[in-house]
Amino acid sequence: MPIEILMPALSPTMTEGKLAKWLKNEGDTIESGDVLAEIETDKATMEVEAVDEGILGKIMVPDGTDAVQVNSLIALILEEDEDASALEGARANSATPAPAPAQSVAPAEASKVSTTPAPAAPSADGSRLFASPLARRIAADENLDLTQVAGTGPRGRIVKRDIEAALAAGTGKTAPAPTSAPAQTATAPAAVAPGVDDPIFAYSPEYESVPNTSMRKIIARRLTESARDIPHFNLQVDVEIDKLMETRKELNSRDGADYKISVNDFIVKAASLALKRVPDCNVAFTPDAILKFKQVDMAIAVAIEGGLITPIIKDAASKGLATLSAEAKELAGKARDGKLMPEEFQGGTFTISNLGMFGVKGFTSIINPPQGGILSVGAGEQRAVVKDGALAVATVMTLNLAVDHRCIDGAVGAAFIKELKALIEDPIALML
Amino acid sequence: MADTNFDVIVIGGGPGGYVAAIRAAQLGLKTALVEKEHLGGICLNWGCIPTKALLRSAEIYNHMKHASAFGLSVKGVDFDLTKIVERSRGISKQLNSGVGHLLKKNKVTVFDGFAKLLGDGKLSVEKDGKKVSDLTSKHIILATGARAKVFPGMEPDGKLVWTYREALVPKTMPKSLLVIGSGAIGIEFASFYMTLGADVTVVEVMPQIMPFEDAEISDIARKSMEKQGMKILTESMVKELKRGKDNVTVVVEKGGKKQEIVVDVVISAVGVTPNTESIGLEAAGVKLDERGFVAIDDYCQTSAKGIYAIGDVAGAPCLAHKASHEGVICVEKIAGEKGVHPLDKSRIPGCTYCNPQVASVGMTEQQAKDKGLDIKVGRFPFMGNGKAIALGEPEGLVKTIFDAKTGELLGAHMVGAEVTEMIQGFGIAKALETTEADLMHTVFPHPTLSEMMHESVLDAFGKAIHF
Repeated sequence: MPIEILMPALSPTMTEGKLAKWLKNEGDTIESGDVLAEIETDKATMEVEAVDEGILGKIMVPDGTDAVQVNSLIALILEEDEDASALEGARANSATPAPAPAQSVAPAEASKVSTTPAPAAPSADGSRLFASPLARRIAADENLDLTQVAGTGPRGRIVKRDIEAALAAGTGKTAPAPTSAPAQTATAPAAVAPGVDDPIFAYSPEYESVPNTSMRKIIARRLTESARDIPHFNLQVDVEIDKLMETRKELNSRDGADYKISVNDFIVKAASLALKRVPDCNVAFTPDAILKFKQVDMAIAVAIEGGLITPIIKDAASKGLATLSAEAKELAGKARDGKLMPEEFQGGTFTISNLGMFGVKGFTSIINPPQGGILSVGAGEQRAVVKDGALAVATVMTLNLAVDHRCIDGAVGAAFIKELKALIEDPIALML
Repeated sequence: MADTNFDVIVIGGGPGGYVAAIRAAQLGLKTALVEKEHLGGICLNWGCIPTKALLRSAEIYNHMKHASAFGLSVKGVDFDLTKIVERSRGISKQLNSGVGHLLKKNKVTVFDGFAKLLGDGKLSVEKDGKKVSDLTSKHIILATGARAKVFPGMEPDGKLVWTYREALVPKTMPKSLLVIGSGAIGIEFASFYMTLGADVTVVEVMPQIMPFEDAEISDIARKSMEKQGMKILTESMVKELKRGKDNVTVVVEKGGKKQEIVVDVVISAVGVTPNTESIGLEAAGVKLDERGFVAIDDYCQTSAKGIYAIGDVAGAPCLAHKASHEGVICVEKIAGEKGVHPLDKSRIPGCTYCNPQVASVGMTEQQAKDKGLDIKVGRFPFMGNGKAIALGEPEGLVKTIFDAKTGELLGAHMVGAEVTEMIQGFGIAKALETTEADLMHTVFPHPTLSEMMHESVLDAFGKAIHF
């Protein structure tokens, strides 16, 4: 029997992932420890490592396949004494997941994945799973996936009542129904048990407990670190955008225009140019040195299902409005579809967050480390302004800049704000 | 001016209350304990502990009478009742002061008096009818315990009709004795007085003695005690006590037929009733359940915010270890400790120290059947155990009940020598949710009585070796 390589679960909530790339070809000799393929999920790329030796007999799921179900067959390895004929009879349909993999792939650590034989019941992230013998037996009898069950025993141990609750709720069944898997995962732990044993909720009303996705955990960790460790300070400015709106209208209504430039595209362009002109704001703090970036890689916060992500427009200062606009649109689309490549959302030098479309007048953001600053964009609205000693109506937008005081001082931040305001209020200059 | 405001005040210094107070103090809460009579409560002063002291005297006396079976010759075996009682009282006194030291060591402030709730986190402490303190606390734990239940016409008089109190400090040995009720308290006194030579009759309304125990175990205990000379009347009810000058005529009815039994002393052991009166429950808004106990949730919270109840006053089973465990859960929850879990009452072991001893945890065979469970039952008799034979204790049985489908240990029931010290093995098994496989894989030391626990498990799955 050829050895089955199955799609690994790289996080407790992962139900599918992208098989990004095979690093071995059919016919290649496989040594234990060889990296077979790369898998992409959430925010990370992980490697699938071989535990067994043999010859990569057949790749069942080709490079670049999206939404490969966890535990579905992705390749077959021929053992020493087997030849290609052994592949017949092996399961041909790659879409069929293995309900109880004998030879599954379980991640050993964050970035490595090894094909270890499954222990009694490993948790999906490879850490030891605590469950009573009775709970394990009932779960085995009922084909219940223990990793889907929240434990309420001592130190979160899974005990009989948790299994009974899961069975009653119909969750965590390892039935061969791949299409229903994501939905199950989304609701399973919540229905099983609160999963929190914090007395602070003792007198709270009834609640549904939604387990944190890996993205949620990353957001929580990074922003907590940022808010705690980075001395933020904030600069606010109102900019008039009547001229900008006019320019935008003109550009978009040109004959043969195959673009539709948004207000945000202008802001991205203006901010990138302003950073180019005040390079002391395009920096990152490290304990030993301040890194002054030679290019503006502008990150744009995009809200997506279950969190947010910041795709990056590389070298934004040197790109024209139409190019910027097209890139921003494409990246936002990829972000919402969860198809961003790691290099598309890692390594920006500055971030823009826009909540203007929700009517938010102005707000401040938490810096996305290791970047040095983040610009928060409010809604453009008609406001009363004083011009030459008289009241007038203008379209005004409030911008807030939050910077890391460890590497950007007040005057430097103010210089950037000044440039930014000038560029937005005189948009023709953006064309230069 | 002494402190009057505390983080936690515990009312009652029994095994529930004093344990709760010590745990609260350990968790850094400023804690007070109000006790009206003696630290350690009934358990330590008038219950568990002094009865065990008496029963130990009886046990040794019994061994001495049978010394020849062990190749020993002992002549003139006799006992001094006054000294047996003195020993028992001395042990209670020793432990009572031990509790006092523990409370002091943990900086629990002890108030000597009777506490009464006034509502809004206030309570008063009275001593001899006079108020001695007014105390306030956000968290008040009721641990007032229970007392002997009394049926009309059977009120104890201290001379002819006793409760456990009088039965613990007999001045003379009654020649004949009738015990009403065959629960743990009744059967232990029956066993004690019988061993010391009294003519003992036990009257029980239920079809078996120790009605909460597994029927098979109860039956073995009954036969053993009847062999020792005890008269046991089940499905029988005491209808009337006719108190004479030096004896009582007891009218017992069974199946419509009445008989009269004349005895020196009657011990009433028909159960306990919670101490819920005159402690201000109404003022504080604390509600009782349909059986008269204080109603609590999983973490001992009563219907009134900030008032908790643990132990006997909060409902059955009225056992010291249940009270202590609830005390700890309650206090840890108050202190916001992590990982506090409600008490699973199906895992509370019960022990009766009659001769032979009875111990159990979990479901009886009948309870499992009534639940419609498919079960496997294992049995192993003392007769098949080397250590039991060597001890000269060949009577008894270890019985285990498993769920046939899941291998869950549903219940364990034992009768025989030292079973009260063994039951906790199955208690751990239940707490850890082991299956029969884990118990089978456990190595039991040889030669011990505990090997019977192993064999009983093996027997449930047809694998017993020594029987």
